[in-house]
Amino acid sequence: MKNNELITQDELQEERLFNSSLGRRSFLQFAGASAAGIALMAAGCRKDRNYGDMNTGATLDFKDDFGVLNYAYALEQLEAAFYVKVASAPPSTFTTAQKAYFQDIQFHEVAHREFFKNALGTAAIGSLEVDFSSIDFTSATSVLGAAMAFEDLGVAAYNGAGVRIKSTDYLVLAGKIVSVEARHAAYIRDIISNGTFADLASLAPLGAVNASGLDGALTPDKVLAIAGKYVKTKINVINL
Amino acid sequence: MNIVNILEEIEKVDGEIYERLSPRRNAMKDFYNIGKKISLAALPLAMGSMFQKAYGQTNPSTVNDVLGFALALEYLEWNYYNHALTLANATYIPDGAPRAAITTIRNHERAHVDLLKGALGITGADGYVYADFDFTASGGFADVDTNYQTFLKVALAFEDTGVRAYKGQAPILKGNAVLTTALQIHSVEARHASHLRQMVAANVTGASGLKPWIAYAANGNDTGIAAVNAVYDGEQNTTQAGIQITGINGTSVSQSQAAECFDEFLTGAAVKNIANLFIKAGKKLT
Repeated sequence: MKNNELITQDELQEERLFNSSLGRRSFLQFAGASAAGIALMAAGCRKDRNYGDMNTGATLDFKDDFGVLNYAYALEQLEAAFYVKVASAPPSTFTTAQKAYFQDIQFHEVAHREFFKNALGTAAIGSLEVDFSSIDFTSATSVLGAAMAFEDLGVAAYNGAGVRIKSTDYLVLAGKIVSVEARHAAYIRDIISNGTFADLASLAPLGAVNASGLDGALTPDKVLAIAGKYVKTKINVINL
Repeated sequence: MNIVNILEEIEKVDGEIYERLSPRRNAMKDFYNIGKKISLAALPLAMGSMFQKAYGQTNPSTVNDVLGFALALEYLEWNYYNHALTLANATYIPDGAPRAAITTIRNHERAHVDLLKGALGITGADGYVYADFDFTASGGFADVDTNYQTFLKVALAFEDTGVRAYKGQAPILKGNAVLTTALQIHSVEARHASHLRQMVAANVTGASGLKPWIAYAANGNDTGIAAVNAVYDGEQNTTQAGIQITGINGTSVSQSQAAECFDEFLTGAAVKNIANLFIKAGKKLT
């Protein structure tokens, strides 16, 4: 499956390069911008963009939606890598139902990752190298604790980044994803301790406000600082 | 520099572009035909206005309209849970974890009510009280006040609707600081929905397979409760921004997982239709 996946991705990437696809967001920006003449000419000339560079780390440039989408892509890469590892060899104490749901979550995160990869096309950052040395994958406690951390952080990340998104379509897409992450978070929290699905007081470090019934929301710099311990690849942030 | 080329590029990432433009299909054709004749200087303006019509809000709404709409939904939720928790029937919602969970949810809905009232500068009494609602939905859920299973079914419908409702309003709040707050409420509703789905799975006859996320069903409704079909309309979607998620890039993402991993939004009109089933005449949302 993995080889197939790689081949397909290469083919897709090739096709994209060949067609030099233009992201919808960039087009909308162009259509509304005063310098649209130049931008449209660029589109007409099939000019390309490329942010990804696997050799010198990944750069998230928050000057436009590509930066936000790459930020989401980075987080989804992290989550997907974690769940792929868990689902391939779940802790022995996981129940059949838990194994099945972790299988689901794995594919949800893989789907998110691949979606962003395709939506970004040539603007996508490269694959991140992860560092899960702090997680004991044989221990249910360790795995569930890490899963909860990833999901709660993911929710706070999307909630905090939404206001930066300029494209209506991508804003809605981020909204479509974040509620699924919240469903994951609640499910995992309930396994750890039933009834803690929305323990907002415990989420205060992520920006939640229990008294107002508000979930976490963090700016990208704070999220990346927390996520940093799980990522080997250097992530550069500019124009935040 | 080729206008047709550009439109084709858009079509690649947004297969529905022509559907979005469909009410103006003829204008679109005209545009296509004259595209080659338009000077470069005039083109940006023409394109900008065309796409504003396709993607922009056709139904102008202000931030306060959205907050007021959200507040009405929170009134509905809060009154529902609060009433159930204060009913005399002690066995209605079992003591222990069930009652604690419903209390947590009830308290969040009250916090949302207070937050939204504050944001709108409303200092007086609540705009909706229990007497304004009919939680039996004109008899569709006749035993909602006595049957725990029915209570859970309606609660789940409210939470999954709430998630979809906030999502649908997000575009109107785009770029506004209020958006962050709305998103923070939105994900709390999703956490509620996830937990209620597990309560429904554990307690409602025939629902043991219900997942914390919305699984694929041909009509979108994975709950098996036909009365709430409208709540899940469109959740069967597996294509996002023109990208097919099932088996994406050669992965083993199943059809159900593809539907599960993106929650869909509901339009304001669709949400109002659902909410109005539970609101008495004279107080219905318009």
